[in-house]
Amino acid sequence: MLDQAYSRRQFLGLAGGLASFVGLGLVGCGGAGASNAADKGSAAAESVSGEVTYDGASSFQALVEAAAEKFMDANPDVSVSGSGNGSGKGLTAVAAGTVTIGNSDVFAETKLEADQVKNLVDHEVAVVGMGPVVSKNVKVDDLSLEQLKGIFSGQITNWKEVGGDDATIVVLNRKAGSGTRATFEAAVFGDEAVDFKGDAELDKSGDVQTQMASTDNAISYLDFSHFDDSKFNAIKVEGVEPKSANVTDDSFKIWATEHMYCAKDADDATKAFLEFMLSDDVQGKLVEEQGFIPVSAMKVVKDASGKVSAK
Amino acid sequence: MASTRIHIDEARLRRVKKQDRIATGVLAAIVAIVMLIVVSMVAYILFEGISTLFQPGFLTQPARANGTQGGVLYQLFDSFYLLLITLSISVPISLGGAVFLVEYAPDGPIRDIASTAIETLSSLPSIVVGMFGFLVFSVQLGWKYSIISGAVALTMFNIPILVRVIQQALEDVPQAQRDACLAMGLTRWEATLHILIPEAMPAIVTGIVLSAGRVFGEAAALLFTSGMSSPVRLNFLSFNLSSPTCAWNVFRPGESLAVHIYKIYGEGSPEAQQIVWGTAALLMICVLLFNVVARIVGKQLARRMTAE
Amino acid sequence: MAKQLPKRDLENVGLGVTGACVALVTLVVAALIFMVAQKGLSAFLKDGVSVVEFFTGTKWDLANTAENGLPYTGALPLIVTSFAVMVLSTLIALPIAIGSAIFAVEISPKFGSKVFQPLIELLTGIPSVVFGLVGFHVVVGLMKSVFHVSTGLGILPGAIVLAVMILPTMTTLSVDGLRAVPDSYRLGSLALGYTRWQTIWHVVLKSAMPSLMTAVILGMTRAFGETLAVRMVIGGIEAMPTSLLSPASTITTTLTTSMAVYAEGSAQDDVLWALGLLLMGMSLIFILIIHLIGRKGAKARG
Repeated sequence: MLDQAYSRRQFLGLAGGLASFVGLGLVGCGGAGASNAADKGSAAAESVSGEVTYDGASSFQALVEAAAEKFMDANPDVSVSGSGNGSGKGLTAVAAGTVTIGNSDVFAETKLEADQVKNLVDHEVAVVGMGPVVSKNVKVDDLSLEQLKGIFSGQITNWKEVGGDDATIVVLNRKAGSGTRATFEAAVFGDEAVDFKGDAELDKSGDVQTQMASTDNAISYLDFSHFDDSKFNAIKVEGVEPKSANVTDDSFKIWATEHMYCAKDADDATKAFLEFMLSDDVQGKLVEEQGFIPVSAMKVVKDASGKVSAK
Repeated sequence: MASTRIHIDEARLRRVKKQDRIATGVLAAIVAIVMLIVVSMVAYILFEGISTLFQPGFLTQPARANGTQGGVLYQLFDSFYLLLITLSISVPISLGGAVFLVEYAPDGPIRDIASTAIETLSSLPSIVVGMFGFLVFSVQLGWKYSIISGAVALTMFNIPILVRVIQQALEDVPQAQRDACLAMGLTRWEATLHILIPEAMPAIVTGIVLSAGRVFGEAAALLFTSGMSSPVRLNFLSFNLSSPTCAWNVFRPGESLAVHIYKIYGEGSPEAQQIVWGTAALLMICVLLFNVVARIVGKQLARRMTAE
Repeated sequence: MAKQLPKRDLENVGLGVTGACVALVTLVVAALIFMVAQKGLSAFLKDGVSVVEFFTGTKWDLANTAENGLPYTGALPLIVTSFAVMVLSTLIALPIAIGSAIFAVEISPKFGSKVFQPLIELLTGIPSVVFGLVGFHVVVGLMKSVFHVSTGLGILPGAIVLAVMILPTMTTLSVDGLRAVPDSYRLGSLALGYTRWQTIWHVVLKSAMPSLMTAVILGMTRAFGETLAVRMVIGGIEAMPTSLLSPASTITTTLTTSMAVYAEGSAQDDVLWALGLLLMGMSLIFILIIHLIGRKGAKARG
């Protein structure tokens, strides 16, 4: 009996070895054209393979992509790809299993049902500040939260009411699924419901950049990494400059933690990639290079209900 | 009395003739405007995109930074790969369907139901086909965002066009041919396979290539089925069909050129704008090539057949 | 006898294979209609969205919920915008399509078939995103500079882009319709002393009327269902449009941006499927109208 079991295990081991050998052979043949990349891969301690897909927030997609490039250099058998269709789409997609990672500017609790959140694992990869931006021709350079509330609820419609020229304010909003919008509205409106839609609702942060550059008298909001002084001006809020340093101690109020969610039973490749996102390779260098704040640099934390507390 | 009557007629005649001239002038102006729109649009796209198109790397490099940098190599490949799979599913089905409707279906309820179904499919907005594809293929069958999911959605979009074209081609084969076949003791199936389809081949091929042009440019049905991104790295030499980096793996996500345009048209950086216009020019040139190829192939086939 | 049997088998194989193709297509269409209807209706039956509210309510906001725990699902602004865009684009395209068809068939047939038709068919081939891209850069810019509006996005640029898109469909079908009018009609009219224009106006157009109407309706069907080109120039605000140049959102553009944002089976998701059902219903109605016109035309011809 024992003998039999042993032999079976032996057989399994042999079969496994054979299978992996065949698999390696296949990879070897397939990778003939990319031998250079394969060499690099074999240098990595343990190589994983598989497919990682993500969808979600466009605000920190650039960071994820830059990290994915590095990750794939080390793991040539992993494919990391995805798109940025808004936090809402990302969270729904990871909950439904159409992607393996959902990127979000907001906590999953705010967009999904409780029983869906239960099956997700959160990874906080960075923090980003978000601030209002105005067209180049607008002279206003500081707005209070109260004034922002007025503008984005449709109460204030002219720039002269907030100290600017006599011109109608053009409000460029993001789509309802956007995490940037959710973060901005949470900071400006608190729990109040907003049903003002503005003059346009745009799909992505990049669209806001384009529209801001070509529209006069406009106001919108973007995360710091999408600021572009050549196209529009980022303005102060309550007199505080929109700078990462001011976010770390919560003196600049509008900021969000960037979450990457995966399912509890995610595959190895996905887990390895998320580990890589939290490793020093990414947290130490890449995060700041891409205009984000490492979570470790924060002096405060924000919970799912939006409450800020000292660390 | 008589003279006045002639007088009136002349005035009327002049008026009528003037009316005729004005109408002709207005119509000529309309045609001129239409031609101006078409020519200027094509010229504008080429003008904006042609410099990017010939930039080194645009056609040979993958996209970087979410499509705002680099080239469109993978998108170009995915477009053709999607098209290939779509055609290899939709052509046999459409051919069978059209043969049934023309050669077998007795006039009656079966034919009515089938043609109504096909007509319904042809009039459905492509976004509805995309939603259905998302629900059934991507979510329920668990294919996620994948080439195969997109190709099946495109198939649904392509079948009505193809069935109609092939039906027309078969109907244009003279009835005498059919009668002659049957009189010689061939079955309908043999007659169709050996005589009617070869006879209709030029028109069928033209139709398939023309429909390929429409499939190639379709985007709305793909947004939720094949997805809005392509793997960052693809290996064209790998034939390990389960590897996510294998270009030929039908279960990997893929992004067509048309979807790529929709994805990045709003991106503000000058480089992204160049890529958008380059992609648009590329897409348009491909579609125009399909048109030209369809005509040439159709003519060649027809000539070879009549020469025989 | 021995030879006949395989022949009959062969015939059955042929019938079976081709019949299976037709059955497959029919089945898929039936499944599609059934699923869209089931998902769409569940918004009303399962989630308790009011049908009246859906068709007459003017507040569409899936992100926020009203007191009854449901999102705001007044789809009237979307329906109105969809129809406005469709009607406006048809009004722009119709005279141009029929006018150029008349020119290409009646006035200069040689130019029509050698130059004009290939050119128009070229327009058919251009993908809708490319139309949208040109609209986003050219038409929207034009709106800004002509009407001095802030964004230049809205129903009017949407209708202009769509008009160019449906032009080839309508023109090609109109050309076919006019060509189908027998020459004897024209000759008879000209022999009676009518001018060319009178012949066109009183004789040719009248007898081609059913096919011209079919051309118009097929153009409208395309305009109603077009998605991405419209999305790129309309602004995407789901509210009642206040003018032709205020940003708005059609049924299709709302679907592109909101689909897959909400979890499957949620009230929000179901309401979006209800929009899909509405789109499907409209295209079925369009088909029905075309059939009715065809039948009427057949009857008129005897």
